[in-house]
Amino acid sequence: MPGFSFSRILPNYANHYLDRPLSQRERAFGIAITETRLGGAVMLTRRIIACLEVLDGRVVNKTQFDNVADVGDPAELSAIYSGEGADELMLLDVSVSNEKWPPFFEMVERVAKRVAIPLSVGGGILTIDDIMRLLSSGADKVLLNSMLVEEPLLFARAAPRVGPDALVAAVEGRRQGDGWVVDVKSGTEVTELDAIEWAKTVTDCGAGELLVTSVNREGTNNGFDLDLLRELTWRVNVPVIASGNTGNKEEMADALKIGEADAVLAPSASHLNGLSIRELKQFVASKGLPVRL
Amino acid sequence: MIGIVDYEMGGIASVSNALSQIGADFTVGRTRTELSKCDGIILPGIGAAPGAMTSLHDQGLTTFLSSLKTPFLGVCLGMQLLHTFSEEGDTTCLKVLPGTVKRMNHAVCKVPHIGWNEVQVLSNHPLFEGLKNPAYFYFSHSYAAPVGPATTAVSDCGVRFASAVSKDRYFGVQFHPEKSGDAGLQFLKNFAKLCKSLPR
Repeated sequence: MPGFSFSRILPNYANHYLDRPLSQRERAFGIAITETRLGGAVMLTRRIIACLEVLDGRVVNKTQFDNVADVGDPAELSAIYSGEGADELMLLDVSVSNEKWPPFFEMVERVAKRVAIPLSVGGGILTIDDIMRLLSSGADKVLLNSMLVEEPLLFARAAPRVGPDALVAAVEGRRQGDGWVVDVKSGTEVTELDAIEWAKTVTDCGAGELLVTSVNREGTNNGFDLDLLRELTWRVNVPVIASGNTGNKEEMADALKIGEADAVLAPSASHLNGLSIRELKQFVASKGLPVRL
Repeated sequence: MIGIVDYEMGGIASVSNALSQIGADFTVGRTRTELSKCDGIILPGIGAAPGAMTSLHDQGLTTFLSSLKTPFLGVCLGMQLLHTFSEEGDTTCLKVLPGTVKRMNHAVCKVPHIGWNEVQVLSNHPLFEGLKNPAYFYFSHSYAAPVGPATTAVSDCGVRFASAVSKDRYFGVQFHPEKSGDAGLQFLKNFAKLCKSLPR
């Protein structure tokens, strides 16, 4: 039987035990958080979340020039990703419409019946009724998006009813000067809000996780802004999910290792250049990060 | 037949889905009459302790749930409610187990504690049969029970807390077996087996 794994919390002066510099988060709290590796045991793992973009009940791959390729059935693909070891699933409604029709809830129900891993649903969720209905259809979390900038009260209203664990806030940050401003509607609108302060506000209102996307000067969101991820990880006390819209395994591992994100969103398999979720997890593990294999 | 307690908290759909996947017989019930026919009870729970206890009181289930003879499994909030008291909204709970459920310290881990964490079983336990030790389970919570005499498994995310408890036929897990993939389904199979095997 392997030995127990207890994390030891060392005072700051003892950091010569560490083979790495203290993270700013640890410095802020004046402690180093380490794991003793008796029996190979670790603590909380980093998560690889498989993302499925859905349109009219099918998983699609939105390519350049808004071409849409049909990738498969959401329930079938979810079962495959779950079998490959995905830590979570995220269904992202990419239709332009913000109205949720009965077939959408039925699709969520169908996916929830097939898998036994956490399921998040996002895209155009605007009302408390939609949130409640998605959760009772079997979703475990809902992702609330840019509309929050317009209606920040939705979080404050939803949190007491569903708890922070069920609410994920999407934060899109665009670099401006020394910091980041909040971007909404995927780069088509920019606000004057400081992205870090905004992230703190939404977590204060009850968001239990942040899904962080960075938008570059051209308004596209390929790749990760590692500085933004780290800044949010240090300064906001809820898990950070990195979303880079990329299937590059090196970049995804960097988001976890250098960006210190808790989880990374892996786009639908078609973006992954033939890399399976399991291979991606093995790659992340090879970088020395704790992963559930 | 396993009875899932419907008390207006989240998590019922997920537990039902998982039980269907393992082919276990179950029913969802709101009243004592419906639930007392079952040979095992699952109290799921996503939500906050004060509202949960209010619902259980309103449905007249508190005495019933704290004096069960059949196996009982509390999941997440359902496990926390087994204790005497929860710091969440200063709530008096079912008092099956001693101890106070406390808010996790955000200085040592992110709160809510969300993700797959190892669970170390302290001694052989029928509910963990056929599972690796330690095994990964999915957690999503902001409050946790301290390690105590009823602790059967511990987890560590910078602080140590009880991830599974048991006393007589009462069991509770801080993680979500219904969301923990194959390990979770195996755990639920073990519970279903236990319900069938114990004489009432």
